[in-house]
Order: sequence, then C-alpha cells, then structure tokens
Amino acid sequence: MSEEDDNEEEDNDEEDDNDEEEDNDEEEDEEEKEVRPETLSPEELEELKEAVDERKKLIQGLRGKPWSMKKKLGVAGVCGEIRGRLGKGKGRKLYAYKVMMAKKWMKFKRDFENFKTACIPWEMKIKEIESINGAPYGSMPRKTVPRAEEGSAMDFAVLWDFGGYAEYSVLFYGYYNNQRAIGWLKFRMPLSYFLVGVGTVAYSYMVVIRTMARNANESGVGDDYSFNFSWKMFTSWDYLIGNPETADNKFASITTSFKEAILEEQESQKDDNIHLTRFLRVLANFLVLCCLAGSGYLIYFVVRRSQKFALDGLENHTWWERNEVNMVMSLLGMFCPMLFDVISALENYHPRVALQWQLGRIFALFLGNLYTFIIALMDEINLKREEEKIIKFNITTWEASLYNGTLSENSTGPPITIHPADVPRGPCWETMVGQEFVRLIISDTMTTYITLLIGDFLRAVLVRFLNYCWCWDLEAGFPSYSEFDVSGNVLGLIFNQGMIWMGAFYAPCLPALNVLRLHVSMYLQCWAVMCCNVPQERVFKASGSNNFYMAMLLVILFLSTLPAIYTIVTIPPSFDCGPFSGKKRMFDVIQETLESDFPAWFSRVFSYASNPGLVLPFILLMVLAIYYLQSTSKSYKEANVELKKKLQTQNEENKKKNKRAALKAQMDLEEARKAASQTTEQQNNNNASPQDHEADEEESQSSSGERMYHGKNGRNPPPPPPPPSLVRNQELPATRAPVPRIYHHGNHGAQGYLPGFPRQSEPRIYRVPSLQRH
Amino acid sequence: MGNKQTTFTDEQLEAYQDCTFFTRKEVLRLHGRYRELAPHLVPLDYTNNPDIRVPLTLIVTMPELKVLCSVAGQENPFRDRIVETFSEDGQGNLTFNDFVDMFSALCETSPRELKTIYAFKIYDFNRDNFICKEDLQRTLNKLTKGELTPEEVTLVCDKAIEEADLDGDTKLSFADFENMISKAPDFLSNFHVRI
Repeated sequence: MSEEDDNEEEDNDEEDDNDEEEDNDEEEDEEEKEVRPETLSPEELEELKEAVDERKKLIQGLRGKPWSMKKKLGVAGVCGEIRGRLGKGKGRKLYAYKVMMAKKWMKFKRDFENFKTACIPWEMKIKEIESINGAPYGSMPRKTVPRAEEGSAMDFAVLWDFGGYAEYSVLFYGYYNNQRAIGWLKFRMPLSYFLVGVGTVAYSYMVVIRTMARNANESGVGDDYSFNFSWKMFTSWDYLIGNPETADNKFASITTSFKEAILEEQESQKDDNIHLTRFLRVLANFLVLCCLAGSGYLIYFVVRRSQKFALDGLENHTWWERNEVNMVMSLLGMFCPMLFDVISALENYHPRVALQWQLGRIFALFLGNLYTFIIALMDEINLKREEEKIIKFNITTWEASLYNGTLSENSTGPPITIHPADVPRGPCWETMVGQEFVRLIISDTMTTYITLLIGDFLRAVLVRFLNYCWCWDLEAGFPSYSEFDVSGNVLGLIFNQGMIWMGAFYAPCLPALNVLRLHVSMYLQCWAVMCCNVPQERVFKASGSNNFYMAMLLVILFLSTLPAIYTIVTIPPSFDCGPFSGKKRMFDVIQETLESDFPAWFSRVFSYASNPGLVLPFILLMVLAIYYLQSTSKSYKEANVELKKKLQTQNEENKKKNKRAALKAQMDLEEARKAASQTTEQQNNNNASPQDHEADEEESQSSSGERMYHGKNGRNPPPPPPPPSLVRNQELPATRAPVPRIYHHGNHGAQGYLPGFPRQSEPRIYRVPSLQRH
Repeated sequence: MGNKQTTFTDEQLEAYQDCTFFTRKEVLRLHGRYRELAPHLVPLDYTNNPDIRVPLTLIVTMPELKVLCSVAGQENPFRDRIVETFSEDGQGNLTFNDFVDMFSALCETSPRELKTIYAFKIYDFNRDNFICKEDLQRTLNKLTKGELTPEEVTLVCDKAIEEADLDGDTKLSFADFENMISKAPDFLSNFHVRI
C-alpha cells in the first residue's frame, strides 16, 4: 500500500513537496525496501534532492499555474499532508505576512492616488465630458488657470465702463501710491509692484516651457503604433468599472477612439490629383489673406472713429458708438473663423493638417486685431501725455494762486486743507490703458456667453421644438445641433490668457477678475455641452501631444508681454499717479532700491555686471550654447529614427522566420503522424496474435505521443517514434535509473518499448516488472 | 487571526493560500460574498468540501461583474465569458473553488503571464484555442455596442489580425496573442477585478 502511495505521488504530473531530508530518507527507505536491499549511492541521493527541489519550486509557483482549482488543490492537499507529518509551517506564515504587507502597501498607494485626484477641481465633471467627447486634450483646461496673486474678491461693478469709483480703485494702476516705504514694516510698494509684474511674466515663461519639455518627452515614449488596433480591442476595457454610468461613458469613449483610428487608416489610403489641389490651395490662401487684411483695416477704421468720438465727448454718442471698437473686435472674432472653415473646404487636406491650418489662421486673425488695438492705444497714450504737459502747467498756476491769495510771503501759517477731491489731478495714461483692457475682456466674455446662449442653446431649442412642424428634418440636416468645437474653445482660452498678460501690469486685479470669469464660464459651458451639444463628427487632435497648443501659448506670451515691456522701458510714467510717479522711467525704482537699501558694494557689483562689455559676451555665449544643444538634439533625433527603423525591420524578419518555422513544424507533424500510423499498421500485420497487449500498448503509446504534440505548453513537438518514452521521462524527472517505475496506467511494460525494436535489447531496470509479469 | 471560524479547516485555508493570491482573511471574505449570491444554496460550513455550484444567472448579479451588462438588458459576453472560462463544467456554474480561482487570476497581484492565458481564453468565444475573425468581430461589437458600421468592423478586425498574426494563418494563436499583449502598456492595469 505504501509502495503504491509512493508511486502515486511520483506518478502524477504534479510533484509533491518534499523539503526535509528526514522525509527523503523515509521515502527512500520505503522504496529501498521495495526494490533493492542495497543503500542508495551518493549520486542517487543527489539526484533525489534535485528532484525534491524541483518539486518545491513547483509548489511555490502553484498560484501562477493556469490549472483548474481542483488540480491545484489536489497538489496542495498532498503537500499539506506531508508538511503536516513533518510539523513544518513557519515558511508559510512568513509568506502570508509578506503578502499582507505588500497588499497593504498597494492599498495605501491606491488611496493616495485617489486623494490626489480628488483634489483636482472639477475632475469628475471633466471626466464626464471627456467620455462623451473623447479625451483629446487631457489636462489642457486645468493647466491654463492663471495664478491670482491678489486673489481677494473685488466688488466694483458699479459702473459698467469702469469709470467712477472703479477707476480709482485697487483695480487700476492709478490707485497705488508712490510712497517709497509704507508703514512700520517699510513695505516697498513701488518695488514690489514692479517685481511682481516682471516676476509673473518670468514665471509664466518657465511654466510653459517646462510643460512643453515634459510633453515632448512623453510623446517620444508612447509612439509605438505597431499594435494599434489590437491593443484597442483587447486592452481598452477597464474591468474595474463598477458603475453603470461610468460603463456607458467608457463604451462611448472606446467607440470614439475606434472611429478616430479608423479615420486615420482611411485617410492614409487616399490619393489625389496633385495640380488641381495645389491651385485650390493657393486660391484658398489668397482668400484668407484678403480676409485678414480686411479685418485689420476695419479695426483700424473703427479705432480712428472712436478717437474722433472721444474728442467730441462721449456723452453725445449712442451706446454702440461708444463701445464700437470692442464690439467690432468680438464680432470679427466670431464670424471670421467660420469663413475660414468654409474656405478650407477647398484645400482638401488631411483633417489634422486642415485643423492646424485653421488654428493658425484664427491665430493670425486675433493677433492682427490685438495689435491694431494696441497701436490705437499708443495713439491715445501719446494724447494723454500731451495733455499732461498742459495740466502740469495749470496745476502750478493753480497752486500759486492758492497760496498767493491767502498768505503773504515770509510767513508761515496753518497749511491750507483742501479736500482731495478738489485738487486738480493730472491725467493717468496707465489707468486708461488698464481700463481699456478690462473693458475688452468684459466685452469678450459677454460676446462668448451670448454666442453660447443664442448659437447653442436657442438653436438646440428651436431644432428640438420646431422639428415637429417643419418640412425637413431639422435634426439631421441644417441646422441641427451644434458641435462642441474643442479647438475653437482652446484657442479662445489661449487668447483670453494673452490679453490678461498684456493688461496685468496696468490693472493689477485683472487676473483675479479673470479667475472669477473662468469659474463662471466653466459651469456655463459645462451645462451647455451636456445639454445642447453633440460630439464632433470627426475627432482629430491638432497634435499628438499637447505641444501644439503649448507652442501657441508661448508665442502669445511673448507677443503679449512685448507691448507691456516696451511701455515700461520707453514711456515715462505719469507725474501724478501710480507707484512710479515722479521718476523718469519705471525701472528706475530698481536703481533707487539698490542705492538706498543695499550695502554700497552691492551696487558697485551690479554696475559692473550691467556693463555692456560683460553683457555682450555673455549673450554671445548663450547663443553658442543654444546652437550646440540644438545640433546635438538633432543628431539624437536622427539616431532615434534610425533605431526605430532597425527595430521595425527586425520585427518583420522575426515574423517571416516564425511563419517559416510554423510551416515547417506543421509539415514535420504531418510526416510524424504518417510514419507513426504506418509503423503501427506494420506492427499489427507482423505480430499476429497474442501481442494484443503490446499492440494496445503501442497504440496508446503512439496516441499518448500524439497527445504530447497537442500540449499547450509550447514544447516543441518531439521528433518521431523513439521518443515517447524519452518525452515521458522529461516530464517525470526522477524517473531515471534506479527508482522503479511501476506505471499506474495501462502501458507499463511498454514504456521503454520502441516500436520496431526487439524487446530484449532494453537494458532498463524498469523492464523487470514487465518481465516478472510475463 | 484569532477568532474561531468554522467555515474552513485550517488545512483548507492553507491550501487556498497556496493555490491563490489571497490571504486567509480574503478567502473568508470571498466565501461571504459567494454565500451572499445564493444563501439558500451555499452552506456556511465548508469543512467537508460540499459540491455546490452557483448557477451563471446568480453569479452575474455581482456588482463587480454586473456592470459588464449593457443598459438594454442584453448580455455582454465578457461577463459571461469570464464566468464560463473559470467554471469547471464550461457552462458558467461556479463552485466555490472556481469562484476563488477566478478572482485570484484577475486580482492585482496575479502575474502577467497568468492573466494573458486567461485573457486569451476569455476572448476565444468558440473555444477552439484560436482567436479567429468571428471572435474578433464579436469582441468589437460588444465593446462598441453596435455603433460601428459593418465595413468599419471588418476593417478593424482585418487590421488587428494583420498586426498580430505572426504565422500567417489569419487567426491568432496563443503565441501571437501573447506577443502582442506583452507589449501593451495598459493591459495589466485594465485587466483586473478588485474584490
């Protein structure tokens, strides 16, 4: 019985665990008693130990085996018995502890990730929208919220035009005093004003460039499209989803992703008549240039007119005439992109390229408009400065008259108190600039909201309700529901940000205002998208990464800060208002600080450092460094492309090789089968009667051999006939030499039997039982 | 650890720990969940290994699996396919052993190779050890809930086979599938069920 037990343990495919030497000896003794009276030699002991170790490894890997639970439990159960006998269990406890710690750690990481995600505002809303419209831009909306240094809420909206109380509030430049040091903390107001202004711009540059660099890195990694469709099919469903709504969203986003990939595929398979296309493209560009020139002239004309109105006095004109400039700019911004869209139908580009052209043109439109606006502003600034001179003169005469009237010379009397409101004030061009920008932003916002309400909401209402009593299907044909234009909205955000950067120096609370406006916009547009919009028909990203929009943002940043910097450096500040009043140039405040607040040697060092003789070589060095880095990065890119190409050809080679190998294996298999069946037939014919036993054995042998071929473990099909026994030996590693093999299955004695070979030539020990039997 | 439970013997729990990626506590918790599905069928005491099978219809009421059913009430084969793959009788009726095995194979700590093997089995609808074009079409239709036109479906399936098929037999064997999945970045993170 125990003999059978032993053999059963070793016969099964699954090996038993056996990790104690005493156990070895136990088993060995048992086996020895059965087979041979001699003791086991050291080599045999070694082999046994090896076998035992292998079985131990098998148990440890039991979890990862794709067997049915029953099979696994069978193995584990037997092992458990043996372990129980030996009383060993410490290893298990340690393992369980390790697993528990690992799981706790994973849970902690997961919770932390969830917490971080929950801290992102509007995360759920964004995910909801993403799932319906696809997720082309990922985190773009979140990243362009401007930093609000003076974040406190302002209540100002008394007068819409930002005159009156608003004009003399914190909102604008003119409010700030030019006192050098305020209060007992000696807060340097002018210095801080200047540094904050410059610092925000510098920080913005850093953030944008850092984001671009990070995006560039990521896009390099995720560039492998070799299994695009397969991956989309097999790895896109998230098995963790536990909520029906999320599941719906996921279905929608998977569908969108497939459609995008399909479109890409179809586009890459088109080809066209090249000359006609070129002509049409040139024509389209010409038309676009005409549009841009037209809009530029229109704005210039309107600005001129508004200057005329201003000279006449604003009260004489209607609301439209007063706000003409802003309204015209906003309207142009609304209608010209649609025009560009229509024109681009001529060009017949790949949708992604067409989108980039479209965005580029809209960009040019906005830029043109903005710069025309700024030039008009410059005119007004000059006007104000002229005015300043006159007022200065007037003030001195007024003051003189005031003092002359009340006091005689050489006497000191009580100072005359005049209410501040009565004192004639000089004009403040900086505040005027700030006002203009704030008005522009407000009118831009209003235009956006009104367009949203009319263009999206009203349209959706009309389409939905008029459809019942209209001749054609409003929902399917014209006008149907409006699409959610992702790129247009992103562009709008970018330009909004550009205007903020431009105006922030002269209207310090502008960023705070903008944060408020963005909050409101977020909720309004969120509602509009979910309620009135349908997802875009053709979903195309303008760029694989977000870098296209980041590049635009960078250009806008540069172009926006240019006018501000120009005015800071060239134009002298107003004499009567603001933190820099009385100075020759605004940046003199730095000079002043260096002289008065820092030790003497500091200013000397600074003056050396700002010596052109030092600055110019430094600039030269930086230019050279840029050139060097540029050329190395280019060479790296080229090397990258080469490697990718190599990888691709290698993959193709492998594919071909595998195909050939598979074909060859198949042919070999066919031959083997044929040969096996032939020899079996032969045997049947040759050995007439009482070898039914053998015949059965052979047949089961060859069939078991064939069974090997179908095994899923990726083992190479063994070469034909002799090997069924060898193959079996591989499976049961300890079946070599001295250990007796009484096989449980029917074909005992035939184990080493090679069809076609006489029996007596088999020297194996396990011949013994079969001989005994016979 | 410490409170006496009578659901399983210690040896049984040890065996489960060996065969799955779960600890004792988790195994007991799983038994609780299994019992919730059919309290009248599943006994509290498992010490003598009763042969109880919970039918497919009850298994798929689990929230972790339920969601894979579309809103229209149609059955989604992924859910059914998962349960069928792990069931002993191939019909989707799970014994507790199968139940534990299923969640162990799909859990976070389960290795990539194991998941790949089971993913292959799940996506092989007709169980011929190959993912052929019909299997792909059915997968795609269930993923997109029929939103794609037949031409688009054909295009996608052809492209997928073209991409992944290495030995040129116009269907995906396990080797092809494994080769393709091993390079997929999202596979491990998406293909797991937490319980």
